[in-house]
Amino acid sequence: MALTAENVNSIAYLARLGIDEKDVEAYAKDLSGILDLVEQMGSVETEGVLPMAHPTDQPQRLREDEVTEHDQRDYFQKLAPQVEAGLYLVPKVIE
Amino acid sequence: MEWETVIGLEIHAQLATKSKIFSGASTAYGAPPNTQACAVDLGFPGVLPVLNKQAVRMAVIFGMAIEAEIAPYSVFARKNYFYPDLPKGYQISQFELPIVGNGHLDIQVNGVSKRIGVTRAHLEEDAGKSLHEDFHGLTGIDLNRAGTPLLEIVSEPDMRSAKEAVAYMKKLHELVRYLKICDGNMQEGSFRCDANVSVRPKGQQEFGTRAEIKNINSFKFVEKAINFEVERQIDILENGGQIVQETRLYDADKDETRSMRSKEEANDYRYFPDPDLLPVIVEESLKQEIKAELPELPEAKKQRFKDQYQQDEETASQLTATMEMADYYERVVKNANCEAKLCTSWVTGTLLGALNKAGLEISDSPIEAERLAGLLQRIADNTISGKIAKQVFEEMWQGNAGADEIIEAKGLKQITDTGAIEVIIDKIIADNPAQVEQYLSGKDKVFGFFVGQVMKATQGKANPGEVNKMLKDKLK
Repeated sequence: MALTAENVNSIAYLARLGIDEKDVEAYAKDLSGILDLVEQMGSVETEGVLPMAHPTDQPQRLREDEVTEHDQRDYFQKLAPQVEAGLYLVPKVIE
Repeated sequence: MEWETVIGLEIHAQLATKSKIFSGASTAYGAPPNTQACAVDLGFPGVLPVLNKQAVRMAVIFGMAIEAEIAPYSVFARKNYFYPDLPKGYQISQFELPIVGNGHLDIQVNGVSKRIGVTRAHLEEDAGKSLHEDFHGLTGIDLNRAGTPLLEIVSEPDMRSAKEAVAYMKKLHELVRYLKICDGNMQEGSFRCDANVSVRPKGQQEFGTRAEIKNINSFKFVEKAINFEVERQIDILENGGQIVQETRLYDADKDETRSMRSKEEANDYRYFPDPDLLPVIVEESLKQEIKAELPELPEAKKQRFKDQYQQDEETASQLTATMEMADYYERVVKNANCEAKLCTSWVTGTLLGALNKAGLEISDSPIEAERLAGLLQRIADNTISGKIAKQVFEEMWQGNAGADEIIEAKGLKQITDTGAIEVIIDKIIADNPAQVEQYLSGKDKVFGFFVGQVMKATQGKANPGEVNKMLKDKLK
């Protein structure tokens, strides 16, 4: 499968990655190679096999509905670049 | 050309758990910003989500109530997009294998019943809140709501008018509160609705291109937003234009919808199974347990009220609109030990009238069901007349006294001593010879005058039935 330069740019946009225009060709080639490698699995007969998203054959464990976490806002907000009135401040997202 | 409207609704019901869907932080509403956002909700590296048992249980309760298929095996998926109120860069939701499958809900519009299909209902986490007020040109983020459990309930495109959409939304709202899985508080965003709206020429099979209207927070706005959107689409089509598939936002102040994102920027969510969460298994035993505990559902309760208490459709709907209302009514009936008809007329008439006037809900009623029942008992056993009862009701509304105390204290008991009433009647007949003459000459209307005089003389405490009988005898 051959990815186009357009595909590469749109994937980069979705992942919010800034890529250099001059590298786009190379990315297209490398990523296409990875897809080709994976595509080989298409030749395996999988009729009747359930997709497996997890390596272990176990159900999800459930927790009781209890409040166990308490306020640690000041501690967590020490990491944030900017806070005010208890809020995390981020660049404006809408006009 | 005649157009047909096609509507499907996506409703987000916040599940009434104490803690979040994947963490032990509280879900209580109104806490100071970010005081209920723990490391899991903040998406810190190295944390693992652990699923809340109660959220699963509530989803299953809902599924059983709409007679849906409950998936024995369901899977959480990541829905990827970037927004600052979603710290992980993805929302944990369900995609290919939701916990609740095909079900249905019946609605009534203009007395006609219609079945609306529910395609699916899945569990997911809510995002945080962005505050766009002025923080020096920045946006403030509160993540208290991040990770709150939601049940997204997706309907089939089965509704054909804004009225049907409102009826469906109300029915669902009533149901989730009956089931006690959602508090239904729309102001606080516990019950939100997105509407998919399209139009097509009447008779056409294929659907038209739809627009999705986001975040409509009241029943009134759902109706207005849909009606506006339908007009807009018909206008475009009749002028030779085409509908663009897009997301639109309803602006209540301007009563219009406007475009939020265009198709070019449409999100590509790249769903994939969340490796942090294993498949959710719902055992048959859990379904059986829930089935046994399911409360009487609104539709069944309404039917029972009609049969058991001889109510018409409208009255039964009113009295079963909420579980609290229905419980109140049934407590009155149980304690009053009189005809249900009397209870019905007092609860729907006098009580609901007074509550309405005071702007109160049934749960805030100053008169408890047992006290009201006490009053109705005294009407039923002829201790007081209906008219005096209204007076006692007023007194009960103001304080905590029971009907008997008030009747005793104010001397409101009906005069049962027929001798005393007889004396009064004799005097009135003697004092009003002209009226007696008229009555005897066939003017039946004058009879009301005598009844009025007797009631006046007894301050309303004579039993009207008794007075009528005695007067008839005396005036022969």
